[in-house]
Amino acid sequence: MTPVMTFRIAFKALGRNKMRTGLTMLGMIIGVAAVITLVAMGNGAQSMIEDQIKGAGTNMITVNAGNFSSGGVRGGVGTSSTLTVEDAEAIRREVPGAQYLAAGQQTQTQVIAGNQNWFTRIQGTDIDLPLIRAWPTKFGAFFSAQDVTSATKVAVLGKTVNDTLFGPDVDATGQIIRVRNQPFKVIGVMSAKGQSGMGPDMDDQILVPYTTVMKKLLGVTSIRDITVSAASATETGATADAIAVVLRTRHKIVPGQDDDFTVRTAEEIADIRTQAMGTMTTLLAGIAGVSLIVGGIGIMNIMLVSVTERTREIGLRMAIGAKGRDVLLQFLVEAISLSLIGGGIGIALGFGLAEGMSRWMSWPAKVPANAVGMAFGFAAAVGVFFGFYPAQKAARLDPIDALRFE
Amino acid sequence: MTDQPAVISIKNLVKTYVVGEVEVRALRGVTLDVQPGEFLAVTGPSGSGKSTLMHILGCLDRPTSGQYFLDGQDVSQMSKDELAEVRNNKIGFVFQGFNLLSRTSAVDNVELPLLYGSGKMKSAERRRRAMESLEAVGLSQRSDHHPNQLSGGQQQRVAIARALITRPSILLADEPTGNLDTRTSIEVMGIFQKLNLERGITVLVITHEHDIAEYGTRTITCRDGLIVSDHPVHQRRMAEVELAALPEETLA
Repeated sequence: MTPVMTFRIAFKALGRNKMRTGLTMLGMIIGVAAVITLVAMGNGAQSMIEDQIKGAGTNMITVNAGNFSSGGVRGGVGTSSTLTVEDAEAIRREVPGAQYLAAGQQTQTQVIAGNQNWFTRIQGTDIDLPLIRAWPTKFGAFFSAQDVTSATKVAVLGKTVNDTLFGPDVDATGQIIRVRNQPFKVIGVMSAKGQSGMGPDMDDQILVPYTTVMKKLLGVTSIRDITVSAASATETGATADAIAVVLRTRHKIVPGQDDDFTVRTAEEIADIRTQAMGTMTTLLAGIAGVSLIVGGIGIMNIMLVSVTERTREIGLRMAIGAKGRDVLLQFLVEAISLSLIGGGIGIALGFGLAEGMSRWMSWPAKVPANAVGMAFGFAAAVGVFFGFYPAQKAARLDPIDALRFE
Repeated sequence: MTDQPAVISIKNLVKTYVVGEVEVRALRGVTLDVQPGEFLAVTGPSGSGKSTLMHILGCLDRPTSGQYFLDGQDVSQMSKDELAEVRNNKIGFVFQGFNLLSRTSAVDNVELPLLYGSGKMKSAERRRRAMESLEAVGLSQRSDHHPNQLSGGQQQRVAIARALITRPSILLADEPTGNLDTRTSIEVMGIFQKLNLERGITVLVITHEHDIAEYGTRTITCRDGLIVSDHPVHQRRMAEVELAALPEETLA
């Protein structure tokens, strides 16, 4: 019995019951397509996050007050008040790689303009921010160093805030808004920036001098974060290290002690996010993988039915000279054909779904090459695993009993 | 007895089954020689051991003790795989229930044994042999018909063609006319007679019908696991003559 003939016999047998063959394959098709699509979506999301963060500038470094596990007490980033304006000044002074720098402090509150109001974030920052983010104003101008020094009540609106309070694309420059019962003069409106890969919606915020947030809104002496832009992407790591050294010295942190601040580069944040996304993708693929197993059980079930149904046929084949392994191989090849053809169609369907996703849902789904190989290999393994038992059952039949079987 | 070596030679064949805790002695020491070109009918009531004898002769089963030489080859101690090869090369089976593969054309059914043969054969050669076999049973016109498009007699002829394709030493037919009406039975027996006379193929037919046994040249009768009678057929029935005498009908 040559392999070609074995395959031909298997295909003939599968062709004899097209409906059943199709339905059995459907299990594999759905399983494989689900795995491929989900992996593609996960991968796409991962690369999208990476692109976004890198697009925001790979040379960006953020310093946050606090640490995930500072002195045994675990607080979120930005919850402790260990960063000061002096720290920011020291970095500006002592770290030559820090090209641009902006201290930050923030609060969230209801903002009122005329008869409109909006709950948003009041982001205190410094004059370098538009440079760090490569983010120009649309109307008016950003606040000046003078505004920072004297903690003036001026505001630069994010696009969403501007559109909500004053109407789409209305130039609100010169208007007055009320923040915690204090009047702020709108001096500019930022251009649209959208969701940042490195944080919240950049358009839904009001930018004010950080000193204003500290003194006029919160009454605190500490800052929440420092955003730094390294002179070049290649220097980012070294600059981040230098910042950490400066802060450790200033905060008198001895070696072995936990930092009371967190320094992260855009690269690191991208890694963390993509890692999280990767875990998510693996999880989803795992869940989809369960449907592959279910598909395999479907194959096993139908093969068992088929063996019972074709007992006489098996008996006849044995009587005319088929050996046990010929019969084993025949049924195994049938099972593997079911899973492989199903797997093949599933891969094609998965590609189609991923393509559709990226085209109509603007989700950058990307099918990784190894997922195809893995899905195919897994489909084959499912075929062998779930096909073996029925095939062996067939091969072990006694030809006399099989021929008599009614 | 001629001086030709026997095609089948069994000596003191014993087959014992254990059913639960009861030992069933299906064959209790059977000795038999069949010469090439014989047309042997094996008869006997059910439980006589004729089915067991047939299974052992057909190499589907192995004897508990005793020897079986097929074409001078001792097959009684062969492994399962070796037996499968013997079945493929030397034995052609014809069953009561035809056992054709459904939804498979007649010619594909006939080709089937060649797929399990040890020698590699080109598909064109297989097809040629299958057509030749169908020709021998007078069905070459219906080679592409599926079993459900053929009458019972025609199906049995396809089964005979399938049995012939490996050019076996013996044709083993187990109640070949059991599912057929009288006229078709005669036709099928006629094919066996023709193959036996024209090609010298040794034919063994298991049957419980005495009139079917009379188409052979020799009849043996089994009872209680032994051969109780073994005699030549004196007034052999010839299917061709009988068919000519039958009123003309549409041929099956």
